[in-house]
Amino acid sequence: MKRVYVNEKWCLGCHLCEYYCAFAGTNETDMARALKDIKINPKIKIEEHGDISFAVSCRHCDEPLCVKGCITGALTKKDGVITIDKERCIHCYTCILCCPFGAVSPSEDGAIQKCELCVKNSAGVPQCVRGCPNAAIVFEERG
Amino acid sequence: MRAVRHVIIGNSTAAIGAVEAVRSKDKAGNIVIISNEPHHTYSRPLISYLLAGKTTEEKMKYRGADFYKDNCCELLLGKTVVKLDAAKKEVVLDNGSSVAYDKLLVATGSTPFVPPVKGLDTVKNKLTFTTLDDAHALEAALAEHEKQSEKRAKVLILGAGLIGLKCAEGVSKHADCVCVDLSPRILSSILDDESAPILQSHLEANNIKFILGQQITELNKNTAAISDGTSLPFDILVLAVGVRANISLVKDAGGETNRGILIDEHCKTTLPDIYAAGDCSESTDVSTGEHKVMALLPNAYMQGECAGLNMAEEDTVFNKAIPMNAIGFFGTHVITAGSYTGDVYVEIDEKNLKKLYFADNRLNGFILVGNIEKAGIYTSLIREQTPLDTIDFALICKKPGLMAFSREVRAEKLGGIKAAK
Repeated sequence: MKRVYVNEKWCLGCHLCEYYCAFAGTNETDMARALKDIKINPKIKIEEHGDISFAVSCRHCDEPLCVKGCITGALTKKDGVITIDKERCIHCYTCILCCPFGAVSPSEDGAIQKCELCVKNSAGVPQCVRGCPNAAIVFEERG
Repeated sequence: MRAVRHVIIGNSTAAIGAVEAVRSKDKAGNIVIISNEPHHTYSRPLISYLLAGKTTEEKMKYRGADFYKDNCCELLLGKTVVKLDAAKKEVVLDNGSSVAYDKLLVATGSTPFVPPVKGLDTVKNKLTFTTLDDAHALEAALAEHEKQSEKRAKVLILGAGLIGLKCAEGVSKHADCVCVDLSPRILSSILDDESAPILQSHLEANNIKFILGQQITELNKNTAAISDGTSLPFDILVLAVGVRANISLVKDAGGETNRGILIDEHCKTTLPDIYAAGDCSESTDVSTGEHKVMALLPNAYMQGECAGLNMAEEDTVFNKAIPMNAIGFFGTHVITAGSYTGDVYVEIDEKNLKKLYFADNRLNGFILVGNIEKAGIYTSLIREQTPLDTIDFALICKKPGLMAFSREVRAEKLGGIKAAK
């Protein structure tokens, strides 16, 4: 199963993955126009400290604690991808309590958001990977 | 080989976890679900959101409409199990019929405790608040009041715990709520003296009133006498002082029980081929090593799942249960986990609080109010019993994240690269 993997030593800390993630969520065609004057709230987030940086997004775990803990059944896993049904999310944030990666966060409307591998937007493949200029994030099959 | 007959008493979180687990391993076995509630499986904590109009009965379904069909479950809804015969391997229903099992899961949940307050029998509108039927009853009582009176209903809630406060939030649009609790602080099971007042003032700002450190000494129709000498008029009384695990079936059948049904790491009771999971059970809290009832939804699912896998002959243990809660009121969020003992790291401002409790190189517990970002990083330190000297603890206190872990651990977590042992 293909997953988004992070090669920490290649990360430049440029945050482009975050912008591409936010852009993918808009379903717009022009990135500059879509994100102009907007404070982005991406599903992939860079952690930075000293000279280390890396991107963190949902690992689509084999044992997904967020899905198991979800009190409404809004989080489900199908074909290896964990997705959120925002209509059924009640903003309790039990998934944020459960996720050991810190990869689930509140969205602007209160419902939670997380990486869904771009399966729901028009891109269809992870845009953070496309936007990374240094192959620090890849989408591939690994053991 | 004859198909295995899996019988599940209960139809909520633990039961559903078990169905999904059994079916992941055993496609041919029979699954029979027996529940005294006549409803499709629903998310119990959503009943307050239903009252507030933030969800619908349709959206409250914990699993989709085709769940039972897809998982080939036989449903016996609206039926109560009155006896468990471990020797005959059957359960007896209230209509006198019996259901035979090869493997049995007891996921009977809990029942609200109704305190013996003097004069309780004189109160017309009194209810508990843990089931969909309770929510309907409260809705009906509020509607009835609206028909008869111009004034907003006065709802008196005995108990300022998770259930009482959620009820208060749920009805606050339509009614004036007062919560009375014997404890001097709200949410006394998950908050401490520093964190509770932050949430309390937020709730008070949203028109919920509190009378704390007091109890109701006597009820007389629509008036409650409070232990501080005052009296309080009300239209509807909600009893939310706590719940008791439903242990009697297993206890009467000779299984070991304490406050809950005792289960081991396999979620097995002391009776052969009988498992228990969820709010009715009692298991080990990893953060303290104590045996206790941890009535919370994620644990219920994972215990049910573990029981289900074992019922389907897939040897599985669940030994990572800790108390943990995520709850929000009027947009302010609270996340807590573990136990509050040891040294403490504190960050407090007017609206946010972070307290991390640690001792002996381990994180024991935490309380977050307001900013709950990446709380699961802390939860995992407790659950996995991570030695704190293997991470940058000073950094993780300030900023929860994977940065505090070693490069090798990160390569495993984010790169799928197993560290060399």
